[in-house]
Amino acid sequence: MIISVASGKGGTGKTTIATSLALALKDVQYMDCDVEEPNGHIFLKPEIEERISVGIQVPEVDESKCTYCGECSKVCEFNAIVVIKEKVLFFPELCHGCGACSYICPVDAVDEVKREIGIIEKGKSGNAEFVHALLNIGEPMAPPLIRKEKELMDSGRTVIIDSSPGTSCPVVEAVKGSDFCLLVTEPTPFGLNDLKLAVEMVIKLNIPLGVVVNCSDIGDRKVWQYCENVNVPILMEIPMDRKIAEAYSKGVPLIEEVPEYISKFHDLYYKIENRVREKKK
Amino acid sequence: MKQLTIISGKGGTGKTTITAAFAALAQNKVMADGDVDAADLHLILNPDINKEEEFYGGRAPVMDKSKCDECGICIDVCRFDAIHDYIIDPISCEGCALCVHACPNDAIEMEEHLSGHWFISDTRFGPMVYAKLGIAEENSGKLVTLVRNQARLIGEEDGKDLIIIDGPPGIGCPVIAAITGVNLVLVVTEPTLSGIHDLERVLGVAKHFNIPGMVCINKYDINLENARKIKDYCKDNNIEVIGEIPFNTTITRAMVAGKTIVEFDPGIITDILKDMWKKVEMRLEDGVKE
Repeated sequence: MIISVASGKGGTGKTTIATSLALALKDVQYMDCDVEEPNGHIFLKPEIEERISVGIQVPEVDESKCTYCGECSKVCEFNAIVVIKEKVLFFPELCHGCGACSYICPVDAVDEVKREIGIIEKGKSGNAEFVHALLNIGEPMAPPLIRKEKELMDSGRTVIIDSSPGTSCPVVEAVKGSDFCLLVTEPTPFGLNDLKLAVEMVIKLNIPLGVVVNCSDIGDRKVWQYCENVNVPILMEIPMDRKIAEAYSKGVPLIEEVPEYISKFHDLYYKIENRVREKKK
Repeated sequence: MKQLTIISGKGGTGKTTITAAFAALAQNKVMADGDVDAADLHLILNPDINKEEEFYGGRAPVMDKSKCDECGICIDVCRFDAIHDYIIDPISCEGCALCVHACPNDAIEMEEHLSGHWFISDTRFGPMVYAKLGIAEENSGKLVTLVRNQARLIGEEDGKDLIIIDGPPGIGCPVIAAITGVNLVLVVTEPTLSGIHDLERVLGVAKHFNIPGMVCINKYDINLENARKIKDYCKDNNIEVIGEIPFNTTITRAMVAGKTIVEFDPGIITDILKDMWKKVEMRLEDGVKE
């Protein structure tokens, strides 16, 4: 089973939930798909065993063959390759690596070479397998790196995917294909607004979902009203606790700081399992 | 006209709270919400929308099944695994159009694709431009750029001195779009190991694009040792730490009330924010490139 953890609003506790769930369940694969700002390693302290460089295929033009016909530039939807008179300009950050330029080139002048955009690190954290990826500084595009990372998914185990905040492409890439999506929110106007966007996104992806309300005793009660109205279950509530915030600041996982939460995370898993089973029926 | 972007790397450190406070404190400015996939600034600034426009972020392929003879070429050439059983999955599709060019029967065409909306509005603190990216849509960077361009046009027309941009979390394309060419970024961080890790990465991005940065530490008293580490790190890298905000409940209560901290509680947090704003203003006036 693949469980993804997302949120809409940042800083609501995705990584807290994802890492504690991974630790409570033990034999899982934890996959940090927040490749821009991954934090799971701070809590799971994995031993990294393997590093994989990830690149996308980008064009390399052989100017001895090029006739400057401009076909490559015409087909590129991203304006990543431009032909001006007798010169081909390439803007690597804009390139999606789709291969259209090399496909279309009538004289076979466009080769493709790998350009690194980030790295994947794989290792062990106790019984759990750990995977995360780091987008290189200055690189704009996270989705290709997330796609590569997800190819390492071990479908024989329970997989826990930690996503980045928001609702756009990197989050969609992380969440899509999962059996269940857990949305972590806080009961504040920002938390609710971004939860609504995240719920719409998960519904669009046709994935069953549930909500965890973190810092559940701050703010107001509108998150509960909303969840009831749209029929989304609240599976767990975690009250505000300065001790948890302080533990988080030091990289101590929630269930290590407050071991009473171990059973709550087991409950959370059973609730998710039941909902996934119901959906499959 | 100067431009300031508030970013954080890590989400939920308090970008929008601080941006909203600056909106209340700054004179003669335009506000722009550069977080287009989870915009929140409007929840505090409560804008009156003057103009709503559609955002066409890119083109998407549409297949004419009557022309398709299921030869399989489109499926073979697509690097994003977006075509299954001759149905294009809009979620996986990158919009590269390779299938369009490869199809021998011209059965696929690109069509303009509505991917969000943007708004020009008035708030009690002046004009604001913001946007709403459609659910699970792409091209957030393009929409951020559009929001910034619109804010600049308003600023030029009305003779404003400054654009304040509320940035998105992360370090990827929308962040790059939100900070390219601005005069200064303020990074809001927190004294957690995650906060520090993400701060270093996002400062790396600012440096990569040659943009000067300042830092403020929210909830600094959650971990004084980490707050110290941040200050040391900033000192080593010649980055000014302009303020430290204590862990408090005022920020949440102000948010629930739909107000900026400055309006909600003219106490110690407001004093810190005013002091921070003064430092930003001074830096914008003399310390950064035009």
